[in-house]
Amino acid sequence: MTNTKDTLSPGAIGRRKAAPLPEQPPQLWKTVKPKKAYDAIIVGGGGHGLSTAYYLAKNHGLTNLAVVEKGWLAGGNIARNTTIIRSNYLWDESAAIYEHSLKLWETLEEDLGYEMFFSQRGVLTLAHSVSDVRSKRRNFYANALNAVDSEWLTPAEVKKLVPIINISEDVRYPVHGATYQPRGGIAKHDWVAWGYAKAASDLGVDIIQGTEVTGFDIRNGKVYGVKTTQGDIAAGKVGMVGAGHSALLANLAGFSIPIQSRPLQALVSPLLEQVLNTVVMSGAVHVYVSQAHKGELVMGAGTDAFNSYAQRGGFHVIEHQLAAALELFPIFSRAQVLRTWGGIVDIAPDASPIIGRTPVENLFINCGWGTGGFKATPGSGWVMAYTMANGTPHELNRPFALDRFVTGHLIDEHGAAGVAH
Amino acid sequence: MLYIPCPHCGLRNENEFHYGAEAGVAYPDPNELSDSEWAEYLHIRANPKGWLAERWVHFAGCGKWFNLWRNTVTHEIGPAYLPFTKQPKAPQEGSEK
Repeated sequence: MTNTKDTLSPGAIGRRKAAPLPEQPPQLWKTVKPKKAYDAIIVGGGGHGLSTAYYLAKNHGLTNLAVVEKGWLAGGNIARNTTIIRSNYLWDESAAIYEHSLKLWETLEEDLGYEMFFSQRGVLTLAHSVSDVRSKRRNFYANALNAVDSEWLTPAEVKKLVPIINISEDVRYPVHGATYQPRGGIAKHDWVAWGYAKAASDLGVDIIQGTEVTGFDIRNGKVYGVKTTQGDIAAGKVGMVGAGHSALLANLAGFSIPIQSRPLQALVSPLLEQVLNTVVMSGAVHVYVSQAHKGELVMGAGTDAFNSYAQRGGFHVIEHQLAAALELFPIFSRAQVLRTWGGIVDIAPDASPIIGRTPVENLFINCGWGTGGFKATPGSGWVMAYTMANGTPHELNRPFALDRFVTGHLIDEHGAAGVAH
Repeated sequence: MLYIPCPHCGLRNENEFHYGAEAGVAYPDPNELSDSEWAEYLHIRANPKGWLAERWVHFAGCGKWFNLWRNTVTHEIGPAYLPFTKQPKAPQEGSEK
């Protein structure tokens, strides 16, 4: 239940042993048949759907509630991502919602009564050119103004923090500096889903797996329930939290959203001795890497170029990210790729989420988290629950409404986050 | 790695191309549109599960834009065709070509 503060002393790295895994309870959530009607239904049993259900029950006392998932719990992006948690975004709106999420992470294990190996080992974001340094320093100052912890590190300080990194000048993308968020880190992602599912189920939320939503009962512009492969279920309110499939859900409800679905791939190495005790990201060379508790190196890259629902991508994207990783960390050349996989991410034109009301009354949407949704799991569910309970957005998600594409008030995090989002 | 049939250069590797999303979106007269219609033109693109007619540019070859049918579930490649020409019909679900 403690937030593991990993030591940053280089000597300690090689000696750090993999932590023993805690025992799991005999049952995490109850298996139930869907009722005929609920006060609210969440479509999508991923991280954000489960956290929405949990905060609806806990913060707003709404427990006659079901999460309807077409596959299995945590079968999508919640267990396919690279588990990076940070809040050092450029724009005020993003910093506010991600920082709220990070604060929730800091007490989440106690709150849910479930361990998830949340580890604030810091997130390092590298700069490789003059313009890269300028934009990262701008980001660093913006973080300071928003009271988000952030430091600027010289290449020598980067080397001290990450002894295995190559900071020589004679490489294609030399390290010219980095921002560092000490409170950033990682968590064990599938356990995050299970922790939320367990806590929600304990509060009376029905978790219904293997049940696909095939349509919505909409009359006179108002939603009254969902059609599913297990029959119709009535609901006072419905929240669509469908990640990569959000655009399809919106189409089922009769409207369009500015979302494109793309594959995002990741990979792991076999279990290795601990060599890396912080998260290293580089938007310029398209790689981010951390080392999980068990010892596997976890790496991610940019998205594949094209729209897809196939949960796989091209190997040349993996090759590109590994080339970048090898230049930064020459000792990785001795490691092997154990496994690669893909998830389908929902990307909005400004690379920021869409959370709020829809053109249909009592139907709410939470999507567009793109390549960076894991870190937002607690905060996203927290504001979505508020929005569904009150019928009006919380001040943290008000700027992320669907109407920003009409008003033009976009929150352009493409430039701020690069591809490693 | 997809093999993409450039109408000018033939079958080439995917990493010789850049992606351009939905094909056939006509440029409207901005003066004729409301803000929400303009937003729809600007930001909404087809994102179907199945066959999608989309734009690609062969930047490492002829440098030309063209359109292509491609399946977003199976990654099957359908017919390629030039802009401003008659769009071929979408291939049948599960067909090879």
